[in-house]
Amino acid sequence: MAHRLDTGGRLIDRAAPMDFSFNGKGFRGFAGDTLASALLASDQMLMGRSFKYHRPRGVVARGHEEPNALMNIGAGPFFEPNQRATVTPLTEGLEAESQNHWPSLETDAGAVNGLLSRFLPAGFYYKTFIHPRPAWKHLFEPFIRQSAGLGRAPKEPDGDRYEHFYRFCDVLIAGGGIAGLQAALKAGESGARVLLLEQAPVWGGRAAIDGDDVDGQPAADWIAGAVARLEAMPNVALHTGVMVSGVYDHGYVLAAQPVPGHRPGSSTSRERLWRIRTDWVEVAAGAIERPLSFAGNDIPGVMLAGAVRDYLADFAVVAGARTVVVTNNDDAYRTALALHAAGQAVPAIIDARAETDSPLIAAVREAGLRIAFGTGIAQVVGGKRVTGVRLCPQSGDGTMTEEIRCDAVAMSGGWSPAVHLFSQCGGKLTWDADQAFFRPDPERAPMSVDGTPFVFAVGAANGHLESAAAQADAAGTPIPAATEALIAPVWRMPAQAPVKLREKTWLDFQNDVKVSDVQLAAREGFESVEHAKRYTTLGMATDQGKLSNVNGLAVLGDALGREIPQVGTTTFRPPYVPLNMGSIAGEARGPIFQPLRKTPMDAWHESHGAHWEPVGHWRRPYCFQRSGESMEDAVAREILSVRREVGLLDASTLGKILVKGPDAGRFLDMLYTNMMSTLAPGRCRYGLMCSENGFLMDDGVVARIDDDTWLCHTTTGGADNIHGHMEDWLQTEWWDWKVWTQNLTEQFAQIAVVGPNARTLLERLGGMDLSAEALPFMRWAEGEIAGIPARVFRISFSGELSYEIAVPAGRGLELWERLVAEGADLGVAPYGTEALHVLRAEKGFIMIGDETDGTVIPQDLGLDWAISKKKTDYLGKAAQARAHMTDPERWKLVGLETLDGTVLPDGAYAVTEGNNELGQRNMIGRVTSSYRSPTLERGIAMGLVQRGPERMGEVLDFPLIGGGVTKARIASPVFYDPEGERLHG
Amino acid sequence: MAEHTVAITRVERLPQGGMITLRADLEAQEAVDLLGMVGLAMPEMRRIADTEAGQVAWMSPDELLILCPPERAAALAAQMAEACAGEHMLVAEVSDARARFAIAGPTSRQTLAKLCPVDLAPGRFEPGEIRRTRLAQVACALWMTGPEAFELICFRSVADYAETALNTAATQFDAGMSL
Repeated sequence: MAHRLDTGGRLIDRAAPMDFSFNGKGFRGFAGDTLASALLASDQMLMGRSFKYHRPRGVVARGHEEPNALMNIGAGPFFEPNQRATVTPLTEGLEAESQNHWPSLETDAGAVNGLLSRFLPAGFYYKTFIHPRPAWKHLFEPFIRQSAGLGRAPKEPDGDRYEHFYRFCDVLIAGGGIAGLQAALKAGESGARVLLLEQAPVWGGRAAIDGDDVDGQPAADWIAGAVARLEAMPNVALHTGVMVSGVYDHGYVLAAQPVPGHRPGSSTSRERLWRIRTDWVEVAAGAIERPLSFAGNDIPGVMLAGAVRDYLADFAVVAGARTVVVTNNDDAYRTALALHAAGQAVPAIIDARAETDSPLIAAVREAGLRIAFGTGIAQVVGGKRVTGVRLCPQSGDGTMTEEIRCDAVAMSGGWSPAVHLFSQCGGKLTWDADQAFFRPDPERAPMSVDGTPFVFAVGAANGHLESAAAQADAAGTPIPAATEALIAPVWRMPAQAPVKLREKTWLDFQNDVKVSDVQLAAREGFESVEHAKRYTTLGMATDQGKLSNVNGLAVLGDALGREIPQVGTTTFRPPYVPLNMGSIAGEARGPIFQPLRKTPMDAWHESHGAHWEPVGHWRRPYCFQRSGESMEDAVAREILSVRREVGLLDASTLGKILVKGPDAGRFLDMLYTNMMSTLAPGRCRYGLMCSENGFLMDDGVVARIDDDTWLCHTTTGGADNIHGHMEDWLQTEWWDWKVWTQNLTEQFAQIAVVGPNARTLLERLGGMDLSAEALPFMRWAEGEIAGIPARVFRISFSGELSYEIAVPAGRGLELWERLVAEGADLGVAPYGTEALHVLRAEKGFIMIGDETDGTVIPQDLGLDWAISKKKTDYLGKAAQARAHMTDPERWKLVGLETLDGTVLPDGAYAVTEGNNELGQRNMIGRVTSSYRSPTLERGIAMGLVQRGPERMGEVLDFPLIGGGVTKARIASPVFYDPEGERLHG
Repeated sequence: MAEHTVAITRVERLPQGGMITLRADLEAQEAVDLLGMVGLAMPEMRRIADTEAGQVAWMSPDELLILCPPERAAALAAQMAEACAGEHMLVAEVSDARARFAIAGPTSRQTLAKLCPVDLAPGRFEPGEIRRTRLAQVACALWMTGPEAFELICFRSVADYAETALNTAATQFDAGMSL
């Protein structure tokens, strides 16, 4: 059985026991344990159920590559699924549970899937459950959802917080093993600014565990010396516990760090995402061991040989008292030696290779352990744990020659360089047939902006697996000769395994993909490795095939009659291991999830019943609710206040862009459809702005300030875009025009004072002559209002007498409060965006985003009066002359009056007889704006209707969702004060 | 490693300052002359030029931001506008457009490194320099006012957002965050 030895374990502190729970049961481990090592130490072999067949699964690996031991960790707001137990540090009180078990880990009803496995082959749901159709939705899918899958999604918001951290360096080194340390020494000595990041809590990678010599010293001594030298270099920063997870174009690198000392619920950030810019990346990520493909290789107790050695060295934990080692390479002999040295029984080393020799093999012989060359495992015996192995000749069909009793199997199918970081942004790989792995091709490395390589692999990640070779590779010194005997590529064990064995031979533990599944995919025509991956799910999900990739390719290649390099690999994409969603979000949650833009009067609105509406990143009052009022009541009251007395609108959000220069007039003539260069100083003009394709994109009032200066008002949402649009044209097309633009949106607070009493109210504040004679409609003037420097624009978006007052933003609230106080007896009322919308709709004024949707040209909206016929050109003019744009059948703006006075649903379509070629009812128009008008006491709407203005008085049918039809008559869109007497008052 | 050293960076919202934008061709003598006429100096790229009359910050190859006492801004802007009449330049007072923050303490560099994609390591960013960058999701500019102190400006409408983001970032540090 699995247990902890009485001595040893370099990472654990036996003086610091820690209690934790797994599936509700109490366990104890030590500080320094991982969750996996602590469970294994308590003989908890069973750590999960597999994805599809619910097979019992135990831990296989030591690190991030672990496919099986995935846990739900924590509870409530601190719950997180799919956590690898092998890298989850044990903490006091940790709560863990296994995944995909139902109803329990020990007794799993879903395991029946395993009995049905011949009916659940690769791609089974594409084939089996298609007919009858309703059965998928009501029968098969619920069953599959219940029985397949990994972790549960969290139900509560994450209780922790996260942060980003921007770092810069010349050389980033990913991995602090022998190669990474050596690479850092070399780069550090060159004077470069070096950042060395290691995912594990300790330096040195495998070398210290394996007891190799490096540069003539014991590995542990060399590692300690290298770390000490690096720490003394002021230009080198080195950190353990930070995992480089992604390498992107232009030297952008992401790394994830669990914040030291964090506990669930503590006020510190839980995880820190390092966002790094570097000139150069050295990938020293080591190598990942591959499983061997024999029947029963997924039974708990079968582990990677390197992992068996790691658990022994790091935690003094063994998976069994009798461990059979099975291998096709020398490295697993180290495991046999380590177990033997620790007093554990190793009944045999099963080596698939023909008899060979090397110092490691000799050492095992010397230790008196049995080696069986040319031998394979026919089948592992056991259910929820290993009880023995049946041996057979590797070259044969699995006919058993012998059975060995054991409780653990240490397997090694060779090692694959961890090429992920090299490959993520385009590095290509070469198949090394001698060593049976893909390694980075330095000739096809990821390129920097200047076309030179910027990602390099060193050490084991570069294919130099032995410690001395890894160190030499990173140091740039000659690579010493190999001491280990060559690996034999073994992709199936035994070579001629029949179907009954192949069906029990797992390639991908996490996704329950067997050798037989990949062979089936090949037979069914899935020749591309990317297609075969998706069809079989090989290499998908959280581990992304870290163990299974190469073995799967080999089996696919074999089935297709191709060599591995011809099959190729699937694409390595970042992140290397899944990142926590919270880390990606960083600080962006709660009140700072997104920037919230506030006007200078925001706090006043907040304390006066504002119901907020988002407009771009701004928040604007939708209406100001008084006690006892519904929102509809408030909107109606605000509208009537404006029509009868005086209303105040916070218009600070409108864009205000200053355009100045000798060519400014010419520039604005190109940007707007109408003529701005002829506007006289002191006057205002409403303007339309179109895209090059002719579509209306923004509108607003332009005021001419002086000879060479104009102030352009834009929509609230358009300010930044329009400023960008202006700069785009100035910098790329008209770079020689003398024009400056400056976005002054934030400099000014702007208040619209609107209604019959507007002038009276402003006169009370004093400072400027705002009479009809001094300041007629569409003029502006500069002066002081209530002692505040102000520009007053006589413009109207409501059809009422209206002034917009712009003052420095810092004094906006002061002016607002004065207006509210002085206007009390004049019936002054602040109004929000909904009243604004209804007021403009009553007057037939269009709203960008309601009447326009990116497909509408000004001519559709009857705005021909705002399009200059004199100008030779403006942006959009050529496009507006195209046949489709001048088609008389285009839908054009009209007003719509329901016959019964009700409100048309916004977006409703008008229909006519017959169906189109798709069998849909023919449509001839749609509603673009629709409101109840409190002024007119009925529903009003605007819409775009085919040949609309020619059809005045026609009644159209608007079918309603849920049945019924509303009838509406085509009318003028100007429902209120069509003569415009009020705004000129 | 990872000794847990908690420190708090001081974040303070400053009162409105005087600010004037100048758009001009900064390589032209006219721009240098205009600044000289009002006692200001032309900064080098990404730097701030300091004189008694005020500071001039380099914002882009054709934009400067003049920082001065708020009570002087209107008059100075008017003086500059008058002085450059007839020249192709744009002068606008923008004192009200922005909010200002002081960020100070031994961890001020780390606080900003959580939010701004700028190399803030000692020796890489020092007093006299200015960077236009972003603070989390909003535009900002920052410069140092002392060995451990920064001033940061952002648009007025997002001042609350910036203040919350800065205070969020100002609360926790460990040895792993040395720059």
